[in-house]
Amino acid sequence: MIRNLAARVFATLAIAGFFASGVVFAIDSSEEFEDPKMQARYEKLTAELRCLVCQNQTIADSNAGLAVDLRRETRQMLLDGKTDDEIRTFMVERYGNFVLYRPPVDSNTLLLWGAPAILLLGGAIAAAVVIRRRTGMKFDDEEGDELSHEESNA
Amino acid sequence: MWRYFLPIAFFVLLVGFFLRGLSLDPSEIPSPLLGKPAPAFELPSLDDPASTVGTDTMKGKVALLNVWGTWCGGCRQEHDTLMAIAATGEVPIYGLNWKDDPAAAREMLRQMGNPYVASGIDADGRVAIDWGVYGAPETFLLAADGTVIYKYIGPLNFGIWQQEILPLALQAKEQQP
Repeated sequence: MIRNLAARVFATLAIAGFFASGVVFAIDSSEEFEDPKMQARYEKLTAELRCLVCQNQTIADSNAGLAVDLRRETRQMLLDGKTDDEIRTFMVERYGNFVLYRPPVDSNTLLLWGAPAILLLGGAIAAAVVIRRRTGMKFDDEEGDELSHEESNA
Repeated sequence: MWRYFLPIAFFVLLVGFFLRGLSLDPSEIPSPLLGKPAPAFELPSLDDPASTVGTDTMKGKVALLNVWGTWCGGCRQEHDTLMAIAATGEVPIYGLNWKDDPAAAREMLRQMGNPYVASGIDADGRVAIDWGVYGAPETFLLAADGTVIYKYIGPLNFGIWQQEILPLALQAKEQQP
């Protein structure tokens, strides 16, 4: 049993290590910028832009022809001294907000952005209702018994 | 009462979302270009690389711009439809030969027929990016003043031409000064 566990931990670590070393297997084979700041901006931008051919990948992740072209375009715009916002606007004007993995809040994306808050609120209400109901329960209830048993042990 | 109603209501809502989601095609992304002036370009012509094709060539008439390449299966699939549309004589069809080998492109048109008034050679795909092209074939309908009226993504068929594109084209022609 313990050996089994050790093997599992080892396998998990090995897999995690493999993914952590992802830089070595990077798709983007283009040259790095001389300026590390610019390289960082390039990496951040390409990781935020969606590849429209392979929709669940960013243009940094994909080797589709279009992703390669859009990386080249991003690189050129950075070299031309464009700001990050200008580059994002360039992409949105052509491909729409869909190209952004972090779309702006507007009437179309309100539900998308609001969903976490709505779900949290729903969960909180459900939790509150359940807790209130249970609090009101009598001790001869099965669950109530178990709880008091634990409490007496503690 | 609520104990039964809530899960059922939730289930019905979920089914509604799924039904809607299944009827949508995630590869069809609405173009932000609709209603806006077509992005200007000027490219060497496939037939005669000494001359150029571009927004200036297309201006003044309601026209189709079709993005194609010999490497694109859907383009071969819709080729007969393009030939049929060209034969109606309703609108001139221009081509954007996207990241292709010009010799192969000329050969394909020689074998399968040429529906295009002219095709521009977009060798590095720069013009395609300006037009928000992400997968050939894509077809744009342009008004005489160069406004993008409509975009179709995927292989055309004659039904789509008759039901969706032709009415818009005729309407645009009427509004033409």
